[in-house]
Amino acid sequence: MDASAAKYIGAGLAMLGMIGAGIGLGVMFGNYFQGALRNPTAAAQERPMLFLGMALTEALGIFALVVAILILNG
Amino acid sequence: MADPMHQFQIQKIVELPTVTVFGQAIDLSITNSVAAMLLAATLVVVFYAAASAKMAVIPGRLQTVGEMLYGLVDGLADSIMGHEGKKFLPFVFTLFIFVLFMNLQGMFLVFTATSQLAVTLTLGLLVILTVVAVGVIKNGFKFFKLFAPSGVPWPLYFLLVPIEILSFLIRPVTLALRLFGNMLGGHVVLKIFAGFVIALGGLGLVGILGAVVALGSVVALTALEFMVAFLQAFVFAVLACVYLNDVVHLDSH
Repeated sequence: MDASAAKYIGAGLAMLGMIGAGIGLGVMFGNYFQGALRNPTAAAQERPMLFLGMALTEALGIFALVVAILILNG
Repeated sequence: MADPMHQFQIQKIVELPTVTVFGQAIDLSITNSVAAMLLAATLVVVFYAAASAKMAVIPGRLQTVGEMLYGLVDGLADSIMGHEGKKFLPFVFTLFIFVLFMNLQGMFLVFTATSQLAVTLTLGLLVILTVVAVGVIKNGFKFFKLFAPSGVPWPLYFLLVPIEILSFLIRPVTLALRLFGNMLGGHVVLKIFAGFVIALGGLGLVGILGAVVALGSVVALTALEFMVAFLQAFVFAVLACVYLNDVVHLDSH
């Protein structure tokens, strides 16, 4: 197999890490809305924490992207 | 299809001489990245000058937008840091509005300054160095208590302290990579879908149907990108507040 082909496959495989970030974001927003619809008055003050959780979860997905870019250009 | 990464290339606009500081050669040329940042900073100043030019009790449209953004960050700093938040509001608000304007400007013009890792990493380091400085000035030597949370059995410290130090050191990296990755990813996706429209449009009737779908996705993705541009600036401000709160309220750590 050509080395550059292996590079592209590797970069694609590295992006599989996004699966975890996607599941995590879904679980988090799902649970937030569950809580928010049960008690809408408390929803607004938990929103910063929601975005904090989103940011931390998303960072892991971004790491996968960075690894993929490193494999492609490294 | 055109190269979707072409938009991130650095080009020199104005050639300026290279200076040497402490043995490091620094190119002072104005690149498109520098120009984008200068433009964003100018726009912030112009926007707030215009918003506060005719201040009234019943605000006009511009003043409402300006107050809304300010109120958002003010409420954020207050809800995370409490009373101490007021002191750090200028810093957090400057970060927020600068990142926001760079992101938004990237949606209108060709170049996004925040899609450069150098720019976002500088902002990330700025945040973490501020956190360290504030922590040391406010708490002195007790700053290192940040790495040793109270209320755990002492043998756990051998495991916990390295993890805490590592998670502290990784903060600027994640701050930078998040903003960079979101902007890079979003703009690449936009360009790729825009490329689909042209590539499919030349394939006859079936191709044109596909091109219409692709065009619809570009419109939807542009809307999404505007939201991401705002959200990432907000998240940057939230995280700056949270990291500052760690050292401001070290006792409750």
